[in-house]
Amino acid sequence: MTFPKPSFSEAEPVAAPLKPIQAPAESLPPAEEPRASRFSELGRHSRAAAAAILPPAVTLLVLMVLWQVAAGDSYTGVPSPLRIWTESKDLITDPFFDRGGVDKGLFWHVLTSLSRVGVGFSLSAVCGVLLGVLIGANLWAHRGLDPIFQVLRTVPPLAWLPISLAAFQQAQPSALFVIFITSIWPIIINTAVGVRNIPDDYRNVARVLRLSPTEYFFKILLPATTPYIFTGLRIGIGMSWLAIVASEMLLGGVGVGFFIWDQYNSGRISDIVVALAWVGLTGFFLDRIVALAGRIVSRGSALS
Amino acid sequence: MAKAYLSIEGVGVTFQKGSARSEVLRDINLQVDQGEFVSIIGHSGCGKSTLLNVVAGLIPVTTGAVILDREAVEAPGPERAVVFQIHSLLPWLSVRENVSLAVDKVFRGVKSDAERKAWTEHNLDLVKMTHAMDKRPSEISGGMKQRVGIARALAMQPKVLLLDEPFGALDALTRAHLQDSVMEIQATLKNTVLMITHDVDEAVLLSDRIVMMTNGPRATIGHILQPDLERPRDRLGLAESPAYMHARAAVIEFLYARRAA
Repeated sequence: MTFPKPSFSEAEPVAAPLKPIQAPAESLPPAEEPRASRFSELGRHSRAAAAAILPPAVTLLVLMVLWQVAAGDSYTGVPSPLRIWTESKDLITDPFFDRGGVDKGLFWHVLTSLSRVGVGFSLSAVCGVLLGVLIGANLWAHRGLDPIFQVLRTVPPLAWLPISLAAFQQAQPSALFVIFITSIWPIIINTAVGVRNIPDDYRNVARVLRLSPTEYFFKILLPATTPYIFTGLRIGIGMSWLAIVASEMLLGGVGVGFFIWDQYNSGRISDIVVALAWVGLTGFFLDRIVALAGRIVSRGSALS
Repeated sequence: MAKAYLSIEGVGVTFQKGSARSEVLRDINLQVDQGEFVSIIGHSGCGKSTLLNVVAGLIPVTTGAVILDREAVEAPGPERAVVFQIHSLLPWLSVRENVSLAVDKVFRGVKSDAERKAWTEHNLDLVKMTHAMDKRPSEISGGMKQRVGIARALAMQPKVLLLDEPFGALDALTRAHLQDSVMEIQATLKNTVLMITHDVDEAVLLSDRIVMMTNGPRATIGHILQPDLERPRDRLGLAESPAYMHARAAVIEFLYARRAA
């Protein structure tokens, strides 16, 4: 069987003129081009910003109007947005006042709650990652600990509080413990899943290179698990924010949870609505900060 | 008779899972000379990847032994570098860092920092990847990833280079380019290469000898073919060469006609 040998010589002249066409694009006079692109880029950015901000702003406005109509002018139940503004104007416009005791602006209450979350969550992040690596890497640790963790993680945050108070006898460490015990489970579980999901290929590369256990931990295991760890941290920080507000209601002192309970006892529902907005926005930013940290640490390759 | 450079002697592999035993490989004997390019071809599931992993030291033998340069293979090591099927680059490292991870580990204390850096770049240059050294694996194509994988393996200066279906996941054109690159590199560096493949043309084009495996379980070597082709080989010229056709037909005949036996 003999086929005629295909000839490609005719194709070549077609390919040749491609170069001169491409060349001018690279050697355009630089003066014109950047200005034009800067303008169009500005336009593109402002359009993108509008697309991100406008829809939620419009939705918020519509909800406010509906709320205003639904709440009306009644002086019982949930106040309308306009009444919240007139009743809690001080609280909204000046979050930084401090008249001593617990009579402080919302900023200080949130800051106290945040500092508790900061300490409790840092502890649970460190312990959670270490325990997660242990049960992810070691079959016996997994068999021994995983069932216990699966049961404990379903215990609601506030159910830990009485035990915690009994153990520590003080409000501050009890609050920290509740945050710790609430946020550690998703961190442990996600880290363990990440460790177990390290592709065999990466393990084999490490074995061929004869990486030591320490090198394996820092060069393969930790970076490969980073996306999972940050998923756990994101869930964990959200849960610890839930836990702190609830536990402060019971513990008293300073903190946004206590503030809400205190205002309820004095019948200032408007102030509670303002505090809720603070709680929500703070939780939102906490989540974003952890997500951003994850993107930076995993160098953009993770967190989908 | 002098021992061969790489010698697979009576190797058998049996996996045991609970009480279930499955004998994957039985009585494999193969001698590979220094600088020789040997491919192993067979149907999926015949255990050819297992055999490669045994030579790499990633899977222990149940019976027999693998001897490389007068030393028994007992564990994985950089003198038997493996180019895995795609996706074995570490995605959080750049192309350069993926190679330098290997270079730094293998040549620490032997080469200076500057020498190691130059060696990393030299190997990336061999596979023509210097233009993308600072990109991440997610930013380059599958063919480029495999080039980097080859550079990483070559950079370890292995005694034997193990290729585990290195081009299997690539499209036909990219595969042809990479095959040409591998031929070129092997002609220059005279590496000893053991390659797993299921592509008949690839086996005939690249190999000095083609090892054909019988179907598993209990797979063993069915036949060894030595294509009678001069080097350097040229893909276009070979397409009509009778020796090439003959070798190709022989492999296909083994794989398909004797399959039932």
